[in-house]
Amino acid sequence: MKKKRVANFVKTIVCLFMSLIVLAPFYMVVINSFKTKNEAARMSLGLPTEWMFNNYIEVIDKGNLVQGFFNSLCYAGISTVLGVVLCSMAAFVLSRKETKLNNFLYYFFLCGLFFPVNYVTLVRVFQWMNLTNTRLGIVLVFTSSMMPFCVFTIYSFVQSVPVQMDEAAVIDGAGPISLFFKVIMPLMKPTLVTCFILEFMGVWSDFLTPLYLSSKSKLFPMTMAVYQFFGKNKNYWNYIFADIVLTCIPVIIVYLLGQKYIIGGITSGAVKE
Amino acid sequence: MNKKKIYPQWFVIIPLIIYAMFFLFPSLLGVFYSFTDWSSRTALNGLHFVGLDNYIEIFTSNKNYGSGIFNTFRFTIISNVVKLIPAFFIAVMLKGGLKGKGAYRTILYLPSILPFVIIGLVFKSIFNYNTGLLNTALEAIGLGFLKQKWLSDLGVVWTSIFGVDAWRGIGYVMTIFLAGLNSIPQDYYEAAEIDGANFWHKLRYVTLPMMKGSIMINLVFGVTYGLKVFDIIYVLTNGGPGHATEVITTYAFQLYSNGQYGMSTALNSILLVITAIIGIFIVKFMSRKETE
Repeated sequence: MKKKRVANFVKTIVCLFMSLIVLAPFYMVVINSFKTKNEAARMSLGLPTEWMFNNYIEVIDKGNLVQGFFNSLCYAGISTVLGVVLCSMAAFVLSRKETKLNNFLYYFFLCGLFFPVNYVTLVRVFQWMNLTNTRLGIVLVFTSSMMPFCVFTIYSFVQSVPVQMDEAAVIDGAGPISLFFKVIMPLMKPTLVTCFILEFMGVWSDFLTPLYLSSKSKLFPMTMAVYQFFGKNKNYWNYIFADIVLTCIPVIIVYLLGQKYIIGGITSGAVKE
Repeated sequence: MNKKKIYPQWFVIIPLIIYAMFFLFPSLLGVFYSFTDWSSRTALNGLHFVGLDNYIEIFTSNKNYGSGIFNTFRFTIISNVVKLIPAFFIAVMLKGGLKGKGAYRTILYLPSILPFVIIGLVFKSIFNYNTGLLNTALEAIGLGFLKQKWLSDLGVVWTSIFGVDAWRGIGYVMTIFLAGLNSIPQDYYEAAEIDGANFWHKLRYVTLPMMKGSIMINLVFGVTYGLKVFDIIYVLTNGGPGHATEVITTYAFQLYSNGQYGMSTALNSILLVITAIIGIFIVKFMSRKETE
């Protein structure tokens, strides 16, 4: 019994230490975002001598954050909803109608898990399709780049939904569209929510896609806006930190609300073996 | 039941078109363009086939693109080793049940949801030589001699990058390991204990074999992430000091910015071939497991 208590004590110390290492940068960012320029440049962990709440107002204005926020929301929101709905349709049919072609198409989707996106030629494709510097283009790129993961995750979930459900619905007179949207989709809710949350956070964090595909700052998501702001104001760490806090808050909220689904989602594959 | 009717093929075709158009087609187009002199001047001079010139340039020029390819592999291997092994032992440790386990998991997972740009910027400030948190902390605990120019010293810059990457990724890897561990029936351990197994025996003969699935998932995600790494290096060092930390993707972006599109797509195509080989290998492995 005593041995166990010692072990538990050691475990707690290790966990506390690791949590400290993770949380220290967060603390540093938040506390320094309330300081004056000179004080923040020292990056100490002490409390600010004077709380500069104004930093936030200042940075929202200077850093183009309102625009950035709505761009991020637009990219992450629309592309994720579109991606998850389209992928669940594809995964449903691919899993239920196992023809040779569909099996091939499943792996065709899957190979995107490994392939890199070629942004240089994507710029070319955008020119051909008149999508250069449009939100629609960026949304479609995000949608297509989440497809491999979503099809993969939803496909394995569909297999656990009994085919009898389909049969019962069809006997009750449901057509393919009402079968899918009224019967199957509600059953897939846990996976769909997981995919939605993971991909939403992924798009929100993405940097590479807008870096290549948007040359107008009007189209920049928050990540790009922060980076641009950093480039212009390298010495104003108080503003940079305030900017960072504002960019992180949305993802952290989504994370805390959807934690249950995230852990369940990323681990379902691991447990299934 | 008429399968054609209740599982309409257009459910697949619409996503397929978007996916092919904006994901796979550009990749294949990149292979085509990698054999041309496509550049920002093409509009004036026209597009010409140059055969393997771009590839020859990559492997023989004095610009060190080869080291970018080497660094990509180095990052992939080392970043996975420094995340997977500690994360595995932390998971084993957390598994036994501990007060506040859920809270620790929430905290340790937190960094992996943040944008890389943000993490890069934060660590740029932490690594600052004079005022950064890391050097200050080292001095405060009497380890001032360990102070480093974390991002500009050739000897430690990779360590810094791996450190930041581990800071971000360990919680994620650990969460997947924990799920794998929790799916192992407790009886297996009890049976092993009756047979007189100690901690290491149990790890070797019960835990590891039962964890194949989660190790595999972590490896797949880790390797594909490592090969495609861009954000963290771009923000932390931008390939510097000199070209010491360039990887394939940072070189490709640089060439793109310089208007050397053909060269950029050639580098991208090399990455495509590397990931395709590894991908085919993994998909084969997975489909074999499914049929078993």
